[in-house]
Amino acid sequence: MSLISTLARAEAVAAGRAAPMATVRHRHLARQPMVLVPLTTAGEVGAPLGALVGTVREEPRLLVVPQPRDRDLRFAFLAELAGAVLPYLESYADEVEIEPATRAREEAEVCADAPQLIVPNSAAVAYVRLLGRSTRFRRTAEEDPDTPFPVPARVPLLGRWLTHYGERARTPGSSLLLAMTDLLTRHWATGQSNLEDQHLGALLAWIDPPDGMTGPSAARRAESARGADGLLLCPPAGPATDPAFDNTRLAPAMKRYDAARDSAAEQAIRELVASQLRPTWDAVWHGLDLLDALPSGGHVEERWKRDRWSYTGHRDRVRAGEPPQPRRDDAIAAAAKLAGRETAQVRLEAGEALDDPLVMAGRRLAGEAFAGEVAEVEMAYSEGKIPKPRPLVTVLTGDRPHLDPDGKLFRALPGGKTQGGVFAGWAGPGAAVVRLVNGMGRGREPEPGSVPEKGDRVCWTLFEHAPRGGAELPDPEDTPWTHGGPPATAGADGPDPVTPEDVL
Amino acid sequence: MTTAPGTAASEAASTATARILHDTLHGTARGVVVDSPPGAGKSTLVVRAAQELVAAGESLMVVAQTNAQVDDLADRLATADPGLPIGRLHGSDSPPDPLLDGHPSILKSTKAADLAGQKVVIATAAKWAYVKDVERWRHAIVDEAYQMRSDSLLQVAGLFERALFVGDPGQLDPFSVVGADQWAGLSYDPSASAVVTLLAHNPGLPQHRLPVSWRLPASAAPLISDAFYPYTPFRSGTDHGDRRLTFGVPCDGTGPDRVLDEAAASGWGLLELPARHTPRTDPEAVRAIALVVRRLLDRGGVAVSERGTSPLTPDRIAVGTAHRDQAAAVRAALAALGVTGVAVDTANRLQGREFDVTVVLHPLSGRPDATAFHLETGRLCVLASRHRHACIVVCRAGVAELLDEHPSTEPVQLGVTVKFPDGWEANHAVLGRLAEHRVRWAP
Repeated sequence: MSLISTLARAEAVAAGRAAPMATVRHRHLARQPMVLVPLTTAGEVGAPLGALVGTVREEPRLLVVPQPRDRDLRFAFLAELAGAVLPYLESYADEVEIEPATRAREEAEVCADAPQLIVPNSAAVAYVRLLGRSTRFRRTAEEDPDTPFPVPARVPLLGRWLTHYGERARTPGSSLLLAMTDLLTRHWATGQSNLEDQHLGALLAWIDPPDGMTGPSAARRAESARGADGLLLCPPAGPATDPAFDNTRLAPAMKRYDAARDSAAEQAIRELVASQLRPTWDAVWHGLDLLDALPSGGHVEERWKRDRWSYTGHRDRVRAGEPPQPRRDDAIAAAAKLAGRETAQVRLEAGEALDDPLVMAGRRLAGEAFAGEVAEVEMAYSEGKIPKPRPLVTVLTGDRPHLDPDGKLFRALPGGKTQGGVFAGWAGPGAAVVRLVNGMGRGREPEPGSVPEKGDRVCWTLFEHAPRGGAELPDPEDTPWTHGGPPATAGADGPDPVTPEDVL
Repeated sequence: MTTAPGTAASEAASTATARILHDTLHGTARGVVVDSPPGAGKSTLVVRAAQELVAAGESLMVVAQTNAQVDDLADRLATADPGLPIGRLHGSDSPPDPLLDGHPSILKSTKAADLAGQKVVIATAAKWAYVKDVERWRHAIVDEAYQMRSDSLLQVAGLFERALFVGDPGQLDPFSVVGADQWAGLSYDPSASAVVTLLAHNPGLPQHRLPVSWRLPASAAPLISDAFYPYTPFRSGTDHGDRRLTFGVPCDGTGPDRVLDEAAASGWGLLELPARHTPRTDPEAVRAIALVVRRLLDRGGVAVSERGTSPLTPDRIAVGTAHRDQAAAVRAALAALGVTGVAVDTANRLQGREFDVTVVLHPLSGRPDATAFHLETGRLCVLASRHRHACIVVCRAGVAELLDEHPSTEPVQLGVTVKFPDGWEANHAVLGRLAEHRVRWAP
């Protein structure tokens, strides 16, 4: 944990409510996000119990599986979920912008906006991935009339989209699929542990306690207070349910449903599941309100554009009739994803620091940046045939950066560009000398405004602002011998063979 | 009597080297893997192998992990064989060390094509990854292969037909700043070490190890071997008594002086401060380290070894820490005491370097918890195996209890070979030994 987050948490404990970790919002929020609150069945991996889904706060759509062990009901649920989610996901597919050609690529179209899914917590993100994995390889009767357990149309397509969103969510800074607890903990620090922060109710209690309550007491109430009926006042945000609810309410209701199989028994279960889902639904929208109140960070739009590219790319793969995402990445795909995410992580950290003085303060405390006033500017030139300006700027700072001799430094210029410098040494205690090496134009004299003047406030970072990705990877068919050679292609991802366990 | 073990060690080492060179030059396998414990002559082996390959009429590429390693290797190669045409391929914004200018046989360029005529071309893996459209090399040597990531090997493996992979399996594993759990257990997990991937896909490759550490003294080799290399033991090339550390100024009775005497006599010293939870840059521990270094210099240390007798100068001393802010705090404390020229750095940056005496801030000192980062076997191994004479550890009391409260809780992933020993066990082994050389001190 960084020093500044330790400090923020200590402040939260002292104040009895959450302390801000950011002054701007660092993630994109869509104008009309889709909120999805899934619940799963205890003891049955991948058997959904129900969900609330929708784009309008007042009109959640309730989906319930009255008997999750019944495969037909399970797939009816997934078909219904596809009916709720896919139209939303596809509604952004046709409005496009044209991206002009660059040196690296041809002219291309990118969707003007992209759909955004919000779930309560990171366990729900994992559940979205699980749903994607368990449905994208299913076959429909239209695709293959002989398939033993056909699923309703569009369910495999839902699986492919959920897989794409779940996978994209692993990219740092992406906003296609967001967990509310991650969003809130990025922007506020509470006085409780990281584990407790995973409880959406307790987290919101710290950030925005009800009138007359402090953060800790409201959080304790959210975590453990039970009503006269023995049920939690604030049910868990899922996907797991409260065991007391399972035992005392859900199990008897399911027993009645199994016996009767009528709409009255089904309606009883629907109401029970809704009672567990609705508080979480409201909590997610409460969180969205809190985040909406923060102004958007400067680099958020740029990151969202990458999400739009990601959405457009998947739209194109679906339209081109490509098969579902493979079960496992091959060597090249895995390396490409890891490299992309590492670049995204560095870019995200730099972007957040540049957008937000509070985040930059954290980097300064960590010795990765320093700010101060320019005390002196001494003009100097590089050696060589054509001398170039290399002014020496002395910055007085109270920060203690971990500077290496000749270490690279970066400074954001007002126009959004970055100026590079090199640490030239300490001129005295707290007086760092930086040699500017670029960002001053092409002439012998630096362009006006490109060199800071005495008395200016400047902030230099030790980290790059816009890191490049690494070298290209080979094509999959050129996978070298050290990595097993080219992957086997056709048929590798066919359905699993039927084993005796499948027909138990 | 002192020469006999040395001779036996030399014989064991040269037999191993001969086998490695035979497999590299005449073997049929596409790869040869060499495990090298700390200070076992890995660089010497790389230089030898390069020379022999060139002598056999081959040209080869050499892959190392950092620019400093590349410069060091190029320097060693050029020194060992001034007639060998060497190419140093480098990035446009990372010029090679000016040290290489002293070797007329080294040609430097940012383009591989310019170096086509050189018998040996050396670059970092990151630079090699950009090399395209060149004729494949018949041979490559991959140095520090255990610190190379699998995805990095993936980028360069297309450039060569066969390769000698050399590295130290006990040092810090490569890491990623983002989670890579989704690929854990896959043979080509991009965040795993290059050697793990290589061996998973090519299980039949010949594997060798260098059996003798020339760096570690007889007092250190058994502990490091038992704690970090339990299944591939090694020995030290020198015997007890071959190396000595003496001081001209007698002990003044304070903690730092007493721990120096203990370390000079036994090769290990533990300066134990009273138990306390502290911030990472524990001011008392930092000051204790600075005092130990100051006294080490003030007391006129003399190191006697098979290389001769030399005074203990600042450049022969290093301070190792787990975090960069700790290193920065120690540097500031040393400067306040007027000490300059002592290397102070993190385990990551001390990897591969060698000193007479090291002073280490224990990674778990003063911590309330033991995270995977602080328990990582390689971190402790690097810190405890940089010295030729003595290692002094500065630590808060209570680390053994801390370890007992925090057993390893890393999830077990299917398909991932569990690494032995784990950091927990290695930490206990080292602590147990250090306890025999404990000096308690309340500053």
